[in-house]
Amino acid sequence: MKIKGTLILLMFAVMTVLTGCEPLMILNPKGPQAQTQADVILLSIGIMSFIVIAVFAILIYMLVKYRASNQSDDYEPPHIEGNHIVEGIIVGIPVLIVIVLSIVSVRSNYLVEATPEGYEDQDPLVVYAQSSNWKWHFSYPEEGIETVNYLYIPTDRALEFKLYSEGPITSFWVPQLGGQKYAMSDMVTTLHLAADAPGEYMGRNANFSGEGFAENTFSVNAVPPDEFDEWVDEVQDTAKPLTEDKYKELLEPGHLGQLTFSSTHLEFSPPPEGEHGGHNHGSSSEDSEEGNMDMDHENMDESHDPSE
Amino acid sequence: MDFFDRFAIPHPSPVIYASMVAITLTLVAIVAGVTYTKKWGYLWREWLTTVDHKRIGMMYLISALLMLFRGGADAIMMRAQTALPENTLLDSQHYNEIFTTHGVVMIIFMAMAFIMALMNFVVPLQIGARDVAFPRLNALSFWLYFWGAMLFNISFVIGGSPDAGWTSYFPLAGNEFSQSVGTNYYMIAIQIAGLGTLITGINFIVTILKMRAPGMTLMKMPMFTWSALITNLIIVFAFPVLTVALAMGTIDRLFGGNFFTTTDGGMDMLWANLFWVWGHPEVYILILPAFGIYSEIIPTFARRNLYGYKSMVASIVLISVLSFVVWVHHFFTMGQGAMVNSIFSITTMAIAIPTGIKIFNWLFTLWKGKITITVPMLYSLGFIPIFTIGGVTGVMLGMSAADYQYHNTMFLVAHFHLVIIPGVVFAMLAGLTYWWPKMFGFMLNERIGKLSFWLISIGTCVAFFPMFISGLDGQARRMYTYSEATGFGIWNMISFVGAIMLAAGFVTIVYNIYYSTRYASRDISSDPWDARSLEWATHTPVPDYNFAITPQVNSSEAFWDSKKNGHKLFPGEYKEIHMPNNSGVPFIMSAIFFVLGFALVFSIWILAVIALLGIFACLAHRSFEQDHGYHIPVEEVKETEEKLGGARQ
Ligand code: HEM
Ligand SMILES: [Cu+2]
Ligand SMILES: [Cu+2]
Repeated sequence: MKIKGTLILLMFAVMTVLTGCEPLMILNPKGPQAQTQADVILLSIGIMSFIVIAVFAILIYMLVKYRASNQSDDYEPPHIEGNHIVEGIIVGIPVLIVIVLSIVSVRSNYLVEATPEGYEDQDPLVVYAQSSNWKWHFSYPEEGIETVNYLYIPTDRALEFKLYSEGPITSFWVPQLGGQKYAMSDMVTTLHLAADAPGEYMGRNANFSGEGFAENTFSVNAVPPDEFDEWVDEVQDTAKPLTEDKYKELLEPGHLGQLTFSSTHLEFSPPPEGEHGGHNHGSSSEDSEEGNMDMDHENMDESHDPSE
Repeated sequence: MDFFDRFAIPHPSPVIYASMVAITLTLVAIVAGVTYTKKWGYLWREWLTTVDHKRIGMMYLISALLMLFRGGADAIMMRAQTALPENTLLDSQHYNEIFTTHGVVMIIFMAMAFIMALMNFVVPLQIGARDVAFPRLNALSFWLYFWGAMLFNISFVIGGSPDAGWTSYFPLAGNEFSQSVGTNYYMIAIQIAGLGTLITGINFIVTILKMRAPGMTLMKMPMFTWSALITNLIIVFAFPVLTVALAMGTIDRLFGGNFFTTTDGGMDMLWANLFWVWGHPEVYILILPAFGIYSEIIPTFARRNLYGYKSMVASIVLISVLSFVVWVHHFFTMGQGAMVNSIFSITTMAIAIPTGIKIFNWLFTLWKGKITITVPMLYSLGFIPIFTIGGVTGVMLGMSAADYQYHNTMFLVAHFHLVIIPGVVFAMLAGLTYWWPKMFGFMLNERIGKLSFWLISIGTCVAFFPMFISGLDGQARRMYTYSEATGFGIWNMISFVGAIMLAAGFVTIVYNIYYSTRYASRDISSDPWDARSLEWATHTPVPDYNFAITPQVNSSEAFWDSKKNGHKLFPGEYKEIHMPNNSGVPFIMSAIFFVLGFALVFSIWILAVIALLGIFACLAHRSFEQDHGYHIPVEEVKETEEKLGGARQ
């Protein structure tokens, strides 16, 4: 059977590449959240390979054994309704697998939606990430600075991205630090990340947003904490503040290079949260982790209270 | 915008001009050809006004094949553009229009039409009925679909195509960010075709519940009919959601509504929710009939009954219920939190259980069988491994924490093509080859058919497997270009080669149809595959009235029992047969819908009002019409039966 041969070969090729020398971006995580996700992915590939192999094996067996050309002319196949034991197995095993995967899935959900493990005791660095056609504006409210199309982040510190959008729905994604989340115009979503290792990582908008979508990227520089502080000081000393007019100009659709400002737009153009918010879909803020579907954003602003 | 500017092609390019010329030439050729051979009357009497489910099925089939090539051309263009990094074959806007129309055409106008084709042709025959419950409504369904498809397809030469993706997420699809009329086409053309689908849904539910041959209890229905019943139930529950969502979108775009805007209390995510509340069940509307087809073909060529009939039925019912409770998996990343994601993650993975049951039942149908490898069987067997790979990657996507990494990447594109192509396209090609002799009275060539199969199945693997890798390496979907440094180039190039193989496979199918039409033997029996279900019990070609005598059913394989166990399928005498009259109204009314749609796309209100009046006139005409159909007298039945190779009693 040519097709099966090809398929198995291809499967092998895929597996070699997945586990091979040059790791794929998503399987080469640089932070705890991305690590959790990579672990889930590898585990599920493992379990799923068993199923695929089982199906392939049964199929090949049946085809070899029960081909008409293998049988006498007068053979008449029997009528078989089914069998409780067989059906018990073909229901039971998938049920078990789904239960195992469900447990893994639920656990990892709570992990990626919370402050990264091991970073709970420190204050996260809060960054507001706003997309506009086809740029990213990053505001550091505590540091009082803002960048466009690039991020500086300290390593070994929890990061809390507050995402929203001026225009179409976009998706903030830094594959090596962790999976994406949407930025929308009527609410603020929260993404928890952290970087373990210094380096420069690719970030992009992953959700189609029109003509300039393909180039809607940004770079992420993860640097040791002291270097990060130096960078902040330098920006505060050297960059110009962001004026309202300048900000309006930046919002015009189009691409821009990397820009740096020594103040943020959050004061004169607040994000859609709290009394500016439209609605939310449930528990995107820490204080409502139980998934209450209420429309209350009142507490959102307090969630970074140092007393926490 | 100036009134006339709206009609201009916003992105003129040689490709578009070439297609305009091609379309015009084809139309001229068709009109000239029909006029020259004096076939207008024939075309009108026999096809455009027909209410016969078999002919409606064939017209769906031809439309679906045409749309397959339209969508396929788009696919090749996309793959060609991304085959090399920083390619400049297409610009961004053009690429966006192409993947949007590719998605819409493939799902709404190709796959849907294909299943409608097979359902129309096969279901009434399989349940031993004369026609569907409402033959004239059936014609209306087809023509609404047809004119909806036409409206959608003129978008790329008049005014511009939609460019916000087939999911058409707002606010991107709103006026603010999509200014051309493209998205109007999307909203209105799908609305018109969708109305047709909804009507079909009702029609087939009634047909299957009310018109089964005596003895055919629900648990004796053939599997394809079962899948058709459940599919149509899903249609009736899911399509109204689409209707409402599209109406809201249309109000936003044409009348300044604020349902999905970024201001004035609009909720962009409301669209996403409504779209996927329809969209996920839609996937099962496509796949369940495919499952039904495989459940007919595998037993036929394994020469054995379907293993686990009852669990097959139970699993489709379960899948249909679950299909309505998983839609959030399309936006796990929308910030609804761990709790909601966990619930939808579990419901999503749960679908794998009934699907797995089906896969294993097919495998066990081969057990102790006597397997012959024909083209329909090849597609059914090729389906199993490829679909399994597509399916297990679906389970992987269902793990929401991991989906944060897969979402919006090529990994997803690989997954859904690897379920949809073996699931839908293979099933359609299998069904096409399998039922072809019943439809047209000759067989398709087996050798060319096998060549097509190998090209298509290997092409599918080569085209889509690399996307798993580039997806895991961070390639987002819908990017018209990428830089050399990303390293995606190699995978996209392999993918392009696969797409070419696929295209070659589809070309050989057309060649096969041409070749077999010319050379295949017309001297075939009415049951060339030695099959098991009722549609093979009637003559080929199938007479207008399907069965001269209503069959008497004793099991889900009544025809097989009549061949092997001496069951008497056609008891009784010939009787007079009541048939519905043809009608031109469905065709005319749907054409007026096309005009209405066009008027709405371009906001030509006067024309819209006139068209609406026309539609009401058609409805009124029907209310006052007296039409009791006609009767075929016993002698004529007898004569036809004898002519078709001997009366069957
Ligand atoms: C014939 C071989 C095919 C090829 C080579 C192909 C290729 C592609 C490509 C390159 C994309 C765009 C990926 C991206 O940039 O996001 C795409 C999207 C899509 N395809 Fe296909 N495709 C094929 C067949 C099909 C079939 C048979 C169907 C459905 C029955 C289908 C349904 C879709 C849908 C729904 C999308 C998403 C469109 C969107 O992103 O809005 N395709 N396909
Ligand atoms: Cu929102
Ligand atoms: Cu879905």
